[in-house]
Amino acid sequence: MLLIHCPCCGVDRPEIEFRYGGEAHIARPVQPADFDDRQWAEFLYMRTNPKGVMAERWRHVHGCGRFFNALRDTVSDRFIAVYQTGEPRPDLSATGGEGAR
Amino acid sequence: MTRSFRTSKGGRIDRAVPVTFTFDGRTLTGRAGDTLASALLANGIHLVGRSFKYHRPRGILTAGSEEPNALVGVAKSAAAAAAGQSVPNLRATQVDIHEGLVAVSQNRWPSLGFDIGAVNDRLSPLFVSGFYYKTFMWPKSFWNRVYEPFIRAAAGLGKAPTAPDPDRYANRYAHCDVLVAGSGPAGLAAALAAARAGARVILADEQAEPGGSLLHEAGAEIEGQSATVWVSAAMAELAGNDRVTLLPRTTVFGYFNQNFVALAERVTDHLASPDPSLPRERLWQVRARQVVLATGAIERPLVFPENDRPGIMMAEAGRIYANRYGVLPGRAIAVATACDSAWRAAFDIAALGGNVVAVLDMRGDVDPLLKERARALSIRVETGCTVTGVKGSKRVQGVLLGRLVGETVSSAGSLACDCLLISGGWTPNVSLHSQARGKLDWNPEKGAFLPGDPVQAQRSAGSCRGIDGLALVLADGARAGAEAAEAATGSPADVPTFSASGGDASTGWWLGAVPHDRNPARVRAFVDFQNDVTAKDVKLAVREGMHSIEHIKRYTTTGMATDQGRLSNMNALSIASTALANEIPQVGLTTFRQPYTPVTFGTLATTSRGDLFDPVRRTPIHDWAAAKAAAFEDVSLWKRAWYFPKSGEDMHAAVLRECRTVRESVGLFDASTLGKIEVVGPDAAEFLERIYTNPWKKLGIGRLRYGLMLNEAGFIMDDGVVGRINEDCFHVTTTTGGAPRVLAHMEDYLQTEWADLKVWLTSTTEQWAVIAVQGPKAREAIAPLVDDIDLATEAMPHMSVREGHVMGGIPCRLFRMSFTGEAGYEINVPPSRARQVWEAVFANVERLGGCAYGTETMHVLRAEKGYIIVGQETDGTVTPDDVGMAWAIGKAKPDFVGKRSLARPDLVAPGRKQLVGLLTRDGRALLEEGAQVTAEADPAPRTPALGHVTSSYMSAAAGRPIALAMIANGRARHGEILHVPMPNGAIAVEVVPPLFVDPEGSRLNV
Repeated sequence: MLLIHCPCCGVDRPEIEFRYGGEAHIARPVQPADFDDRQWAEFLYMRTNPKGVMAERWRHVHGCGRFFNALRDTVSDRFIAVYQTGEPRPDLSATGGEGAR
Repeated sequence: MTRSFRTSKGGRIDRAVPVTFTFDGRTLTGRAGDTLASALLANGIHLVGRSFKYHRPRGILTAGSEEPNALVGVAKSAAAAAAGQSVPNLRATQVDIHEGLVAVSQNRWPSLGFDIGAVNDRLSPLFVSGFYYKTFMWPKSFWNRVYEPFIRAAAGLGKAPTAPDPDRYANRYAHCDVLVAGSGPAGLAAALAAARAGARVILADEQAEPGGSLLHEAGAEIEGQSATVWVSAAMAELAGNDRVTLLPRTTVFGYFNQNFVALAERVTDHLASPDPSLPRERLWQVRARQVVLATGAIERPLVFPENDRPGIMMAEAGRIYANRYGVLPGRAIAVATACDSAWRAAFDIAALGGNVVAVLDMRGDVDPLLKERARALSIRVETGCTVTGVKGSKRVQGVLLGRLVGETVSSAGSLACDCLLISGGWTPNVSLHSQARGKLDWNPEKGAFLPGDPVQAQRSAGSCRGIDGLALVLADGARAGAEAAEAATGSPADVPTFSASGGDASTGWWLGAVPHDRNPARVRAFVDFQNDVTAKDVKLAVREGMHSIEHIKRYTTTGMATDQGRLSNMNALSIASTALANEIPQVGLTTFRQPYTPVTFGTLATTSRGDLFDPVRRTPIHDWAAAKAAAFEDVSLWKRAWYFPKSGEDMHAAVLRECRTVRESVGLFDASTLGKIEVVGPDAAEFLERIYTNPWKKLGIGRLRYGLMLNEAGFIMDDGVVGRINEDCFHVTTTTGGAPRVLAHMEDYLQTEWADLKVWLTSTTEQWAVIAVQGPKAREAIAPLVDDIDLATEAMPHMSVREGHVMGGIPCRLFRMSFTGEAGYEINVPPSRARQVWEAVFANVERLGGCAYGTETMHVLRAEKGYIIVGQETDGTVTPDDVGMAWAIGKAKPDFVGKRSLARPDLVAPGRKQLVGLLTRDGRALLEEGAQVTAEADPAPRTPALGHVTSSYMSAAAGRPIALAMIANGRARHGEILHVPMPNGAIAVEVVPPLFVDPEGSRLNV
């Protein structure tokens, strides 16, 4: 079972307190009507599904209830960083890769 | 009974304490400290089971948890066995005997000695690898009736117990600095090093007694003491340290992410009459800062023809039974080996008075000291010699010898014996390292895969990473323990040193099939004993095109039994790599997975059984309904009153009466389970505007509106009535099952898309009990109880809400709304007062000729009006227009969740399924919910259905059965005749609008 650091509570908590929220940084368009069908389908359904580092949303649903973002390696399941919703994705190249947390 | 196979002295059993047990009905005696396997061997019994596929007689092969053959069913006592309380598929090598234990062999009929299923062995040419795919293909009609019953009857392990599990299982969470898996020399040294450094240590071992190989390493000394005395001293030191937890009979079975490790502790199985307050087994879930794996190595069988006969045993197992349990595995024991360690088994057995007739070593060049010592013990020695076959079927009677020159073999006569000890060398036990996602490195010198760099905070120590020889293993364990403690606690740890003698390193090994001079078409050499896979099967799989070990494994099933191929994988891999003419690392190794050994369902379920399986949610009215003999149905976690039968009524009669009563006078319904969310804040209306399809900004205070909620893909996800309590406060209701989903959906948008909106969401589901009063006399029923709300239609019309009080000061939110088509109210009151209000309303309802009704009647009444239930009429692919609810969409709104998707080409394309009503033409047949609807009465095979029935009830108001359905182009089909094909013939139905009662809706405004 994963141990996840909630950036709002500031504590490590077991995975069962959290709910996965899919890929992060896919903002809902402000004017959906301006999107053509192909662009809208892209927004609705297409995800990067990387082998390696992925930015994803988690919610501490049985804790503070807040959504936050995390960088997780989908190969090792290791959490590399957690950060608040709305913050930009951390640049790992600046911190020398894993261990940014 | 002949002379016992017990040695005259030695061993760790208590010779003064006899223990009586039965095996296949035969009463036998062992000694305290025996395993079932050692006790059977002491009674001269090797034949303990029949194999999975060929029903070949099989004996005890090992002395540990890797045992593939000796799987038995065990009951605590004869009484327990008679009551159907038994445990199948236990390894006899891991079952500690106790007084009265009942054990039975498995996979044989009528008896172990004479087994009808053994005909499979004669038919073995039919059962080559891949035979499922080849033999059981055609005709298709045989799949269910012939092939599956045949496979199920023919292949088998133990019998499942017939009675519910009477035992209790517990679980415990724990944290530690250093978890040590295995308490052999490496594990003990690691635990001592870590504990002395002040770390919190958990030491777990699957065996009953700690010490591992030290318990049978005759002559070994540590720190000047005999090995077993040193083990006792080490355990005493650890037991005296309150930061150390010792867990015997505890298997580290699962290694998960971030050092989350699962352990199964067998608490009472070894006791005849355990303390009833103790659980049978206990699941430990440990979060360890560091883990030391000291899981040892597993001896590898030699693959020669007939190598599966009872009486053939791993050499180290023979040594364990002799030294640790005081049991000789035979009267005339031969040893066939390719490594040094098996020689020590021969020497120890001979020293205990056993008759070792010969040591046969495949190697031409053997350490002269070994040969010298054998000759001193009068043991015949043959080098460059192999076993090419075995005489005897239910017990070894002799072996055929072959002279090895390179890869060629010539016959070298035979040798009489009743026991053959075999060894192809040692396979490091890397299961847990693999579970922890560590890679493996191939070591050609040792002929073994060794743990590579760990991915998690763990390290291997001792022979599980290829370290051999007692002194080196102890030093490696001490190093690993100190390193782990240092990494976990951050303070420096000393590496203790332990002087040792004996337990020398073993050289030599053999991988793959052993060459022989027999007719290859007629003989079989087993690789995987538990799944009956032979060397020939592996070669055949390669010939038939399987080139990856993952494919070979699945095609032959080698390594797929409950032992995960711990004995067989390396031999199978070697045979495959030879057949493929490729190097072993290129052919690859399959991955070991959790659990290490089988774990009972009870241990995994722990306390989550029966009443504790799931939480149960009950409304404040529940006990009243139960007292009225209501039938209940489960709706998500809630218990809901389903219907209220009067004496003599069945469900059908009760529901018809309840429906009629609501339409004629008044009914009372407990709607407390509805989800409720309080949406407050200056931007509350704007938020709902974006979340629901409907417009909200102009909804007046005190008014209600039906809200429809879509997901972003445009499909209906929930619905419910929403009331505006104030300018900045909305009382939102959701479906019973949808409440958590809707709140999560709202929170998601609020937190991540529209963080600028000033809105707060609070679940109030359990803050309001809801008493629904429906029917033409609803107002009459509640009016006497309402303190301060004007109920006149002009003051409080349909779809309005008022805050006020009932029954002299009980606060309420009174909704005037309907889910029945009748005029009605929903009284929201605090749950603590709900029963009181309910009973008062019920008294009035009863006086007016009304009744309480349940969810079934609610379903019928709403279906008569064509009101959908989300999840019944909809299935996650249904749009508002599909169910005729385009009216619920706020056309003027620029955006809401799902709006853009409603314009997607496939959602506006013609031919979508639409909500319709169905009336059976005969006016009597009740359609089945879920039944398909077709244009033809007898459609040709593979004709797609037009749609399906979503709801179907007998309607009291319509005087006939009614149904709702989702039908392609349904609204254009009103008046058409369609068909519902059923096993007894198609039922003709007429498509009608989904509205069966009061089409004008005039009854709502009385």
